[in-house]
Amino acid sequence: MRFVDEFRDRKIARELGVQIARLARPDRAYRFMEVCGGHTHTIYKHGIEDYLPPNITLVHGPGCPVCVIPMGRVDDAIFIARQPGVILTCFGDMMRVPGGCGSFLDASAAGADIRMVYSPLDALKIAQRNPERRVVFFAIGFETTAPSTALTLLKAAQDGVDNFSVFCNHVTIVPAIKAILDSPDLRLDGFLGPGHVSAVIGCRPYQFIAEHFQRPVVVAGFEPLDILESVRLLLEQIEQGRCEVENQYTRVVPWEGNPKALAVIRETMELRPYFEWRGLGFISQSALKLREPFSRLDAERIFRLPGVRVADPKACQCGEVLKGVLKPWECKVFGTACTPETPIGTCMVSSEGACAAYYNYGRFHRESVAEAVR
Amino acid sequence: MTPGRGFEERAVREEEVLDRIDEYRRRARTLLREERITMAHGAGGKATHTLVEALFLEAFRNPLLEPMEDQAVFALAGNRLAMTTDSFVVSPLFFPGGNIGDLAVNGTVNDLAVSGARPLYLTAGFILEEGFATADLQRIAASMARAAAAAGVQIVTGDTKVVERGKADGCFISTSGIGVFERDVKLGAPEVRAGDAILVSGPIGDHGITIMLARGELELVSDITSDTAPLHGLVDALFGATKAVHAMRDATRGGVATVLNEIAAAAGVVMVVDESAVPVRDEVRGACEILGIDPLYAACEGRLVAFVNGEAAESALRAMQAHPLGEGAAIIGTVLAAPRGLVLLKTQFGGTRIVDMLVGDPLPRIC
Repeated sequence: MRFVDEFRDRKIARELGVQIARLARPDRAYRFMEVCGGHTHTIYKHGIEDYLPPNITLVHGPGCPVCVIPMGRVDDAIFIARQPGVILTCFGDMMRVPGGCGSFLDASAAGADIRMVYSPLDALKIAQRNPERRVVFFAIGFETTAPSTALTLLKAAQDGVDNFSVFCNHVTIVPAIKAILDSPDLRLDGFLGPGHVSAVIGCRPYQFIAEHFQRPVVVAGFEPLDILESVRLLLEQIEQGRCEVENQYTRVVPWEGNPKALAVIRETMELRPYFEWRGLGFISQSALKLREPFSRLDAERIFRLPGVRVADPKACQCGEVLKGVLKPWECKVFGTACTPETPIGTCMVSSEGACAAYYNYGRFHRESVAEAVR
Repeated sequence: MTPGRGFEERAVREEEVLDRIDEYRRRARTLLREERITMAHGAGGKATHTLVEALFLEAFRNPLLEPMEDQAVFALAGNRLAMTTDSFVVSPLFFPGGNIGDLAVNGTVNDLAVSGARPLYLTAGFILEEGFATADLQRIAASMARAAAAAGVQIVTGDTKVVERGKADGCFISTSGIGVFERDVKLGAPEVRAGDAILVSGPIGDHGITIMLARGELELVSDITSDTAPLHGLVDALFGATKAVHAMRDATRGGVATVLNEIAAAAGVVMVVDESAVPVRDEVRGACEILGIDPLYAACEGRLVAFVNGEAAESALRAMQAHPLGEGAAIIGTVLAAPRGLVLLKTQFGGTRIVDMLVGDPLPRIC
């Protein structure tokens, strides 16, 4: 199939694997963080680690928007969903995220009207079709999805839809990366930069990583060969003593990003002073809220939210997983108390979450299956 | 350095973890924790299994039910019979390639056919919503009659209920079916053993993706149609070529991956599947890429998965391919002894991973 198969070619993968093995020095270890959950998903789904030498470790980063939603925000959303006449709309992977008192799926079973949509514009359509109901869109995601929320807000304002509002949980990636770089318990040798976020914000915002923190960054695409090539580019930088922001995903990411997308975000949203990230705690200037002119579309102003902060379950080590300090399976509750059906931590929920990716796609028992695979 | 295998250095700890996951996977299914039924309980994945095993199996437990096949097989007055039941709540009711009516007939016929029995008689119960168009009901009944005639079965009894507007979604159909064994075969998950080849009878996922697109929420347009079809003829063709068939399932809700997981768990074997051998139409693959769905989990309504002794695999494949409903058949993998209970995938890209049971993401009603 065109535009898919050419990025999954085994032959090229093997060549890249050989090049990577040649570049990696046997006397040291390499730890590269893939910031984006989409990368984590690709890495596990296609079994990319099978192409890497054992001294290269891919560390999973915080770039899964579902994973970083604190429990209190889920509870707030369920509170909204329980108000009379409300239809809460959200993306499918929010449905199983546990809050302090259950998930959207549970709330829906208990009578709340919660519907899955594929785009915020679909939520707006539901509002237009149901003028007697109040339709709230649970907005989530990094700069990748913020433009579509922004456009929906503009359209709602323009069309004068007054039964529609947005519960804004958009976050921004750069403060999270900075928080990780500031964390003392982590040693990283480079970053695979988030491809789709960069399609919006461009590559420039990562320059502080190369300049201030002296770590190379390669903005990477989401197909398996993209990941392998990006790993090779990181190794090349290290080998040649360079430390730069490079763009592997040139077919999608312009260096300057997407000015139109940035403009609509800027028009409708502004930075919050601080926002809680699941597992990472409060990070300043790391999330977006609606600007004053859009307050009529802001669920946080329309509904009197409880806004209760719910502490993460003690046993859950999502924070360490999100920061890349722990591999998913090193978490105490991984695979025992915390599974995709009964997740304790958010990393076990989204298909982009490191724990869910690892649990669902796992690895083979090497010895017993090695022969079979051959 | 040699190009290597990710985790080897920490192999010992990782295997412990895999064992733990394994153990939990086996244990979790019999524990129903939810206080209410959620949409996940109907998605055909883990939550459905938990519900069925923890609630229904516990309540109804008997030796005919316990094998948890898609049909019960028993002897009556000197005949071996197969009996099955199914319900259909698909939305939309009419979709490219079929409608809820032929889907109901074919689905019931297939549950009987894959046991090796010849489908004979069906029942049909209708739950209709107040206000439903009689013309639509006529179309549904007509296509049921056509599907029944094509499958050589008769709909011999039925029931009709009407509920108030809003208490159902147009038309729900519930069926049951009876078939008779005319050949001396014993099929089922416990018969599957190491060395078996895994065959599918054609491209997978057509029905699931057709329904997703027919709902019109995605604004994707394609000319894929549902693969709904009766499989008894294909089963006959397969048995004509070899007696070494150990088990068959039609891969409906939850797709091929779910069938493989169910049988791997029940037979205590491991399935090793080669992703590049799995037939998937380009349109289905494309839609799956866009929607983030793995075609292995996408529903089929006219495809079966067969487990055949490895030595008979080629002749079984040729027999399937010679039948109009098996033209796209392929051998997609093999059954091994250990690590039992798992489905392993050699990815198209050349890597390796596990294919687990689907965790109940709320999917649209597809059957």
